[in-house]
Amino acid sequence: MKHTTLNRIGFQFLALLLAFGIASLVLLAVGASPAQIYKDMFGSLGTKGKIADVLVSWAPLLLATAGLLITFAAGLWNIGVEGQITFGAIGTTLVLRLLQNSAMNAGFIIALSIFAGMLAGALWAALAGALKTFGGVNEIFGGLGLNFVATALTIYLVFGPWKRPGTGSMSGTQPFPEQFNLPLFEGLRLSPWALIVAVVGIVFVSFLLQGTYFGLRLKAVGKNFRAAYLLGIPTWQYMMFSFLLCGALSGAAGALQVTAVYHRLIPSISSGYGYLGLMVAMLVNYQAIAAIPVAFFFAALNIGSIQLPIVHKLDSSFSGVLQGLLVLFILLAEGARQRLTPKA
Amino acid sequence: MKVELRGIHKYFGVNHANDDITLTIPSGTIQGILGENGAGKSTLMKILSGFIHADSGEVLLDGKPVVIESPAVAIHDGIGMLHQDPLDFPPMRVIDNFMLGQKGGLFPNRVRAARDLRRLQKEFDFDIDPENYVDSLTVGERQQLEIMRLLYLGARVFILDEPTTGISAAQKDKLFETLKKFREQAITVIFVSHKLEDVEKLCDQVAVLRQGKLVGAMDKPFDQKKLVEMMFGKEVPLGTKQTACQDRTVLNLDHVSIEGMRLKMKDIDFHICEGEVVGLAGMEGSGQDLFLRACAGLIRTVGGVVKVNDRDLTGKSYHTYKKHGVEFLPAARLEQALAPGLTLAEHFILAEKQTGVFINHERGRRLAEERIKTFNIKGAPVSPVESLSGGNQQRTLLSLLRHPLSLVLVEHPTRGLDIESVVYIWGKLKERCKQGAAIVFMSSDLDEILQYSDRVLVFYNGRISHPFDANKTNVQQLGELIGGKGWDE
Repeated sequence: MKHTTLNRIGFQFLALLLAFGIASLVLLAVGASPAQIYKDMFGSLGTKGKIADVLVSWAPLLLATAGLLITFAAGLWNIGVEGQITFGAIGTTLVLRLLQNSAMNAGFIIALSIFAGMLAGALWAALAGALKTFGGVNEIFGGLGLNFVATALTIYLVFGPWKRPGTGSMSGTQPFPEQFNLPLFEGLRLSPWALIVAVVGIVFVSFLLQGTYFGLRLKAVGKNFRAAYLLGIPTWQYMMFSFLLCGALSGAAGALQVTAVYHRLIPSISSGYGYLGLMVAMLVNYQAIAAIPVAFFFAALNIGSIQLPIVHKLDSSFSGVLQGLLVLFILLAEGARQRLTPKA
Repeated sequence: MKVELRGIHKYFGVNHANDDITLTIPSGTIQGILGENGAGKSTLMKILSGFIHADSGEVLLDGKPVVIESPAVAIHDGIGMLHQDPLDFPPMRVIDNFMLGQKGGLFPNRVRAARDLRRLQKEFDFDIDPENYVDSLTVGERQQLEIMRLLYLGARVFILDEPTTGISAAQKDKLFETLKKFREQAITVIFVSHKLEDVEKLCDQVAVLRQGKLVGAMDKPFDQKKLVEMMFGKEVPLGTKQTACQDRTVLNLDHVSIEGMRLKMKDIDFHICEGEVVGLAGMEGSGQDLFLRACAGLIRTVGGVVKVNDRDLTGKSYHTYKKHGVEFLPAARLEQALAPGLTLAEHFILAEKQTGVFINHERGRRLAEERIKTFNIKGAPVSPVESLSGGNQQRTLLSLLRHPLSLVLVEHPTRGLDIESVVYIWGKLKERCKQGAAIVFMSSDLDEILQYSDRVLVFYNGRISHPFDANKTNVQQLGELIGGKGWDE
């Protein structure tokens, strides 16, 4: 047993080396110095402000991952998670807009708006789920289509009904008054509430998948749909549930983007956390708690790459290259390990 | 071609599936491989045909050591495997299937292939229309097609895995005739089976596997008693039959009509009593599978009334039937009945009644250990179900059945299982009958049907015979009906 763990760590380490090696080749090809770039990407992690910045993007990423782990367990590729984050943000913005002039307590309104975001995310996911279960549309295609619709709707809202006074702009809707922002740590851009919501989300999912009948049934549906049905599990209901839960969690991610980060609706509100979450979920393979460090690492890459255009005149999408390589090589290493390790 | 296996070892986890197997098969021999399920027959054949790799050991063909990396390499070396379910492409034409695996550029030569197919058909006296689609062929014809395809690819060693299951008696005779012709052409045949009579009729020599080890070999003529002893290590008692039909009806079909993809069945009247066993006989696809699924609510009936324990369940789903004590066990165990990737313990937890929201894993483990013991399953609570052999998967399925039950519907309860498992599984099923459950099962094995049923229904092309008393009918009578004789128009 111990031997297996050691073996696995060895292969994963090799995967890391390979991913960084290939990424370095890419950097060399465009004439940049890999050593300098990695130093700039990670070196700045030392400061408190930087770590806070990483955590700002870690929270929504973790929530999206948590949701995706549920749909993964049910054997579903919920690509529509991006749209579900976006819709969550729209739902939150809607409630804040409706209630910002009311006499209610601001804290209550924020809570209500986050709840609305979860509901909106769940609704958007339910649409993909309904297409899958009743319309026979594969969730990948349905989700992808709905992502485009959600993006288009955001742009319509930002430039149409919800535009700033004067002319609409890509910078988003009019920011909400300060009392509608989640409180931040002193001097940082990080909200403790975002961290709490994210950690509660991932712990909830971990528990759901490891310790409950619901989680086990969901896994049975994911592993063998027909056997699950014969075992007496209402399969399509469980699929719909998994979509709803994933939608609610990614909706919460969208809600945090509005209430804790941007304080308004912007066209790219989902920031690609959905797609990134798919990668994290693939890597951690049902081990929900492992998503905590993995998501942190991915978020760190994102934040680290922000400087690249300024300092090195490199596009910040380099972090995406690195993340993609990491996923590829770690999955590859796992496959190689299973193939090469003698079974005893 | 001479085949030699030397010191083959293969482990699956802690399971030693092949333990130092050494076997020499002279050129032009028909070699029988006997053994109960999980004895390691399939593993050994998969190693020889390149599907899996041995952990150690050597394979020699005509004295030369070979490394069989994949099925493609195997066929290149002259080893062809005929699987129990032919590995062909049902939506494609016969001729296209025949050409599969052929080397030769972007543009296959259909004309030449068609000519060669005709030649082979003539040689072996087969009659398959090259332009027909494979899904319209019988299993026996698909076997014939596979045999010709492998020959065409240059196979000099044929591995046949349980080839006589699911084919008609006439097709079996033809298959044996074909294999005997191979002997003259110095083609070696490895015949894997658990049917003693088939092995006796066909093989020149026999090797017996038990628990991964080669426990014995024998040349013609075979001592059947000794073979059984080698296979099981002990005498196998046969199940006893009981004909105790109480009067309480468990299932009642009243003028039921069913529509399947290819078959329509009309006006079915049927009932079964507590503790009764009804066997469904017929060629594969004659309507037995539709009938079973309709009794379970897995397909919707289009007319008539279905009653379980006097309650009208017409048009309800399987889950409603399940609530009323009906269970369906499909033939494709791993594809339809078990969830690969989940452990035995997890299956037991899923099948049990839910207690609260949270799973008590400790209780699940204890439950699994207890069931593994009672049902004699070779596996541990943490074993993934896909790591079990077919017989153990079937035992697992039986152990998942709840208490109490009214009706158990089983597709091929013992297909591909060894005699010991067959007796065991029927013992467990009969136990259920004593507790008041009724059993309806389909099987292509007439002996099984006659031995274990109280009444027998014969299916032919969507038609159902009147019920026969199993004590008063015989193989001859049922066989004729299965073949389509004696149905009044």
